[in-house]
Amino acid sequence: MDITSTNTSWTNICAANDLTPDAGICALFNEQQVAIFLCQQNNSVYAVANFDPFGGANVLSRGIIGSTQDITYVASPLYKQRFNLVTGECLDSDEHQLKTFNVRIENEQVQLKEAS
Amino acid sequence: MSKQRIIVVGNGMVGHKFIDTIIGNEQSEFEVITFSEESRLAYDRVQLSYFFSGKTADDLALTDAAYYQENGIKFVLNDKVVELDFENKNVITASGRIESYDKLVLATGSFPFVPPIPGNDQEHCHVYRTIDDLEDITKSGDSSKTGVVIGGGLLGLEAGNALVNLGVETHIVEFAPRLMAVQLDDGGGALLKRKIEELGVQVHTEKATTEIVAGETSRYRMNFADGTFLETDMIIFSAGIRPQDELARLSGIPIGERGGIVINNHCQTGVDDVYAIGECALWDNFIFGLVAPGYQMAKVAAAHIHGDAETTFTGADMSTKLKLLGVDVASIGEVHGQTPGAQSYTYHDEIEQVYKRLIVSADGTKMVGAVLVGDVDAYGTLLQLKLNDMKLPANPSVLILPSSGGEEAAGMGVDALPDTAAICSCFDVSKGDIKNAVAAGCCSMGELKASTKAATGCGGCSALAKQVLDSELASLGFEVKKDICEHFAYSRQELTDIIRVKKIKTFSALLSECGSGLGCEICKPAVGSILASYWNAYVLEDAHVGLQDTNDNYLGNMQKDGTYSVVPRIPGGEVTPDGLIVIGQVAKEFNLYTKITGGARVDLFGAQLHELPAIWKKLVDAGFETGHAYGKSLRTVKACVGNTWCRYGVKNSIGFAIDLENRYKGLRSPHKVKFGVSGCTRECAEAQGKDFGLIATDGGWNLYFGGNGGMRPRHGDLFASDLTDQQLRTYVDRIYMFYIRTADRLQRTSVWLENLEGGIEYLRDVIINDSLNINAELEAEMENNIENYQCEWKTTIESPEKLKRFKHFINSKEEDTGLAFKVIRGQRFPLAKEIEITELV
Repeated sequence: MDITSTNTSWTNICAANDLTPDAGICALFNEQQVAIFLCQQNNSVYAVANFDPFGGANVLSRGIIGSTQDITYVASPLYKQRFNLVTGECLDSDEHQLKTFNVRIENEQVQLKEAS
Repeated sequence: MSKQRIIVVGNGMVGHKFIDTIIGNEQSEFEVITFSEESRLAYDRVQLSYFFSGKTADDLALTDAAYYQENGIKFVLNDKVVELDFENKNVITASGRIESYDKLVLATGSFPFVPPIPGNDQEHCHVYRTIDDLEDITKSGDSSKTGVVIGGGLLGLEAGNALVNLGVETHIVEFAPRLMAVQLDDGGGALLKRKIEELGVQVHTEKATTEIVAGETSRYRMNFADGTFLETDMIIFSAGIRPQDELARLSGIPIGERGGIVINNHCQTGVDDVYAIGECALWDNFIFGLVAPGYQMAKVAAAHIHGDAETTFTGADMSTKLKLLGVDVASIGEVHGQTPGAQSYTYHDEIEQVYKRLIVSADGTKMVGAVLVGDVDAYGTLLQLKLNDMKLPANPSVLILPSSGGEEAAGMGVDALPDTAAICSCFDVSKGDIKNAVAAGCCSMGELKASTKAATGCGGCSALAKQVLDSELASLGFEVKKDICEHFAYSRQELTDIIRVKKIKTFSALLSECGSGLGCEICKPAVGSILASYWNAYVLEDAHVGLQDTNDNYLGNMQKDGTYSVVPRIPGGEVTPDGLIVIGQVAKEFNLYTKITGGARVDLFGAQLHELPAIWKKLVDAGFETGHAYGKSLRTVKACVGNTWCRYGVKNSIGFAIDLENRYKGLRSPHKVKFGVSGCTRECAEAQGKDFGLIATDGGWNLYFGGNGGMRPRHGDLFASDLTDQQLRTYVDRIYMFYIRTADRLQRTSVWLENLEGGIEYLRDVIINDSLNINAELEAEMENNIENYQCEWKTTIESPEKLKRFKHFINSKEEDTGLAFKVIRGQRFPLAKEIEITELV
């Protein structure tokens, strides 16, 4: 696989209307599981790793989106740890941090790119 | 220097209190050993009679081995101390064990006095003191039709209550002319007797038993001095207590003329380094047969051993308030006319059966004593007046007269109390202590109990403690926050009202109406539940998807590896062989771990997201519906077969259970709700342990409410008896909807009921008498829910659009490669991951 190209170019994942508003889905991208969230209220898309490092399972796309002050986060469906959707930081522990991905909606397509 | 060694003989309530006090909070400078001749560590003897209403020995325990071990306390059970050697400072036990002490504390308690009546030592003749006694009484009760308690004092009446609970015909035989001769006057005793007799307990006063011989119609016959007799199958002696001073007596410690180990104000006995506390101790020629004075002695002795000679025991208040056989009784101060010149006010209402007598000093300014029977609301105020020696109001009769409409009760109000006023005498908590606790941040009774222990002993002071708490909170200008989370400045109940009144149908509409931010994992599911319980819409509508916990969202319970469980509804636990075969075939095809649950269902574990629709298609085709095991909603209705098969069944419990389960299935609520339906009073369905419990009797259904299992098991309270099928359905409709409307998020029915001001009586008033005038509304809302029911799985598998969400990857058919299983006992389990989750809360 050409690493440089995947790092610098956008990959089409699915149609924009495959996303459910205010909820997440899971995508397979570069052999990684990526959780993608569409938050309608602030009109943003987020992408972080799907693996919950606390529960040890691929479940974060099935968590609930929430906010505290200005931070938008996802709460794990297993043990409820909250992860900042922009930075991947865990709000409840500095033990673990999630990998984040670049994500956008272009021409009605959801696209992912490795964060630089 | 090595630690001082303290030996505590006796591990009853007072002995334990001493140990708890002496070890204190900091690193203990003492080595403590305690001996008990009983087989259990300390338990709550005050609450002993609850043993008959279902509490177990564990419920009554005041401590456990783990607590003692953690605190370095050695304990020896089943071994009685039989000899004290003061010269060498040793104690010697029945088994020959010898232990040395620096300080010795005797907390040997008391033993029940059994009058020397010929025939008093036969089988089925008992005393009422220990859990072992109660177990023996229960056994005798199984083979008895009639039972007699000898002794009409406080404990005798509790023993009488025990007999009533065992279902035997109950008699109380008292030597004195009235019941509770020590605490009550003639008027109070007479009313108590009348009330108890109305409950079917027969009271015989002024009877002296001369012998117990073989009976003609029953096992025994008791002959009385006046020539009459009474036949009975079992007897409980409850004729008072005697101090357990035998060990002290044999060892040469000074004993009072009529028994009891003589102590001074520091609880020291006549022998150096030996203390006596509790019911075995004689202070100023008086034995204190209540626990509160015993606790005070324990504190005094502990203080003295710590080197504090300031703290002394100077007598104790013997006032009592309790419920005996359902009758409220209270006694304060001196009530037998021994105070020169005392005068009294008496209020006697024969219709409502209330008796109150207030005894005041000769000049009418101070209180001497009071007797209350049938209505003890004035107890808190009167006790404080007495304990603090406060000046009475100008017209003292208002203290016992019923308040006439609209006026505030004629109490003094808690604000009038001095800070030194003792609120909780079990744990010696003063009004000042409560004020300090509130100043330190206590805002609720729960927090107050945790920080001061107030109201956690006999509970008699809880109403007063709550008043002091509320008044303190109010005076500090506190407003108790009940906001659900940072996004809504409202409680769940307030949000419920907003949603109902403004007919709000979506979370985002609610957020723009009265919230801020994006919401969170706390408010979203709560609002989802309220929306579902009002409009009963399909939970997977787009607008609701983001609100649900994953369990509701994928209509299954997420397991630790991210797979789901599948639980088809099996109403009442009744399933055809064909149905069972389909479940088995599905489980086999998808290789699901299979287990029968405690709620009479079959749980299938390990289904992956993409498998769920195919699994449910097969189940729905076979006639199954979703079991809502994933939702905060109706779970199971557990039932026995009732009179369809069972020889003892009184009603068709299984048929009724199936009706109920179908009526309420799918209904979303603040927490899960379970039912139990038993076809007779044998109660095989364990209905009293459920939120709603139904028990069939000859007269109809008995409805229990507020039971649960789990972390804090609780039996339901009896809400109403002898109901028809229709009455029962109506009451359940109303209670269920009232709970949904007003409970807090994740509050089970038991906690909701306990927090309901006025408790079960208030609930009865709302549901049966329609005191809030909301029953029509509650019923209409319930009807609406029932009409709008849909099986969520059926709706889901019929919608290709919804099914898109049921796959692991949106852009690939691959499965989750993170899953791994191992086979144990022929079935599949998730492989444990090498991930530590122990650091989590």
